[in-house]
Amino acid sequence: MSSTHIVSIYDEELKYLSRRISEMGGTAEQMVADSVRALVTTDAALAQKVISEDVILDNAERQINDKAIVTIAKRQPMAADLREIMGAIRIAAELERVGDLGKNTAKRVIAVQSSGMPRKLARGLEHLAELALMQLKEVLDVYATRSVDKAKAIRERDDEIDAIYTSLFRELLTYMMEDPRNITPCTHLLFCAKNIERIGDHATNIAETIYYMATGSQPEGERPKDDTSTSVVAAGLADASE
Amino acid sequence: MNMMSEAAVEKALDKKMNDISYKMIGKDVSVYYGEKRALYDVNLNVRENTVTALIGPSGCGKSTFLRTLNRMNDTIDGCRVTGRITLDTDDIYDPAIDVVELRARVGMVFQKPNPFPKSIYENVAYGPRIHGLAKAKADMDAIVEQSLQKAGLWNEVKDRLQEGGTGLSGGQQQRLCIARAVAVSPEVILMDEPCSALDPIATAKVEELIHELRANFTIVIVTHSMQQAARVSQRTAMFHLGNLVEENDTDKMFTNPDDQRTQDYIMGRFG
Repeated sequence: MSSTHIVSIYDEELKYLSRRISEMGGTAEQMVADSVRALVTTDAALAQKVISEDVILDNAERQINDKAIVTIAKRQPMAADLREIMGAIRIAAELERVGDLGKNTAKRVIAVQSSGMPRKLARGLEHLAELALMQLKEVLDVYATRSVDKAKAIRERDDEIDAIYTSLFRELLTYMMEDPRNITPCTHLLFCAKNIERIGDHATNIAETIYYMATGSQPEGERPKDDTSTSVVAAGLADASE
Repeated sequence: MNMMSEAAVEKALDKKMNDISYKMIGKDVSVYYGEKRALYDVNLNVRENTVTALIGPSGCGKSTFLRTLNRMNDTIDGCRVTGRITLDTDDIYDPAIDVVELRARVGMVFQKPNPFPKSIYENVAYGPRIHGLAKAKADMDAIVEQSLQKAGLWNEVKDRLQEGGTGLSGGQQQRLCIARAVAVSPEVILMDEPCSALDPIATAKVEELIHELRANFTIVIVTHSMQQAARVSQRTAMFHLGNLVEENDTDKMFTNPDDQRTQDYIMGRFG
């Protein structure tokens, strides 16, 4: 922001919101990273830690919303200030959802573990998680710097995650067809993959919100999509794998 | 309060919305107070049946501009206006223009309610009488009632029309002044901070009234309250240091203005 408010406590209130958002972002990032690590290393204790941390994000979102509402009532914010506050409310909701997805992945660790998941299945997930986490990390950096160009770039990169998700979908389907004993762990892994893919979508939503906060307009054009998993069928895979 | 129904207001507005017509056009308007220049080549058009809000910090020229629209500046010694202002097609600074008649067409409501020290009835009847708008007592009664109705004051004062206007509350006095302005059937009503001396309830009533009046009148309002400008107007013009900085749709002005100075001012960031 170019200059400060005449009423300095107003600045403090806005800073509080952005500080809490950054904290939420850090927590969400850690939860997602831990959940994937717990899944890959079948670490039940780490999974439990992730599950118990979700409440931190729930509380933070509530506190951000409360503060935002009080600030709107007290200051009657205009223009960029109003967008700043509305953006904080929206981003807090996105990050809370990211936390939920991490928690859901963590919950599946036990089930996957007990069915005896082959290690190699997890590798594709790790790669997917790396990309999603990078998206999340970058979007949080963009939130700190409010770089419009970078926000746009993040939005345009979501198709990489979608493409890997689709190939992972095919891969898991193939394993299930090879050996029905893989069905239980692979189904859980499919949900985990979907969770991680969704995190990329949330990062994209946050990028769009930041763009709106900075410019007052929505980024133009459709966001790129490369998730073709909706049209993947087992028959086609069977032919291909023969 | 007896107001036009919401549907009637919307219908009247819809008819006007289709094509923008300008009620008043200000071209290269500059104002000097002696040596001091208060306005710099302002080009601002006032849309018909629209509420135009003029905002900006103190001394920015918004009230000065408002006063040029019915030549109130004529009363200030050493004040000089250049440029051209038209009301419909009439150049209002044409020497042939009758200023009294101009001010009947472009009425004004001031910051502090200033009813005449006369009865409520006489406050409203005064203008129509000097302009010869009523032939008989019955005509005058009708004008007074209609004007008080339009100002949303009728139900509160109909049983005490002969009581003094100064005995009303501040908010009622201001609505009486609006009734007085409306009584001569002006085309444009100028309002110079009409709510700054009123409490929030009285302010809300005046704002409601402004919304109703828009169907029949063109309104230009100077206000220090950004929230008020955002609430009552459809167009907003931002002044700074005697210049018109930006004029835009009010919705855009208060969410995403084009000019950095507007942005800083409405967000309370003027350093």
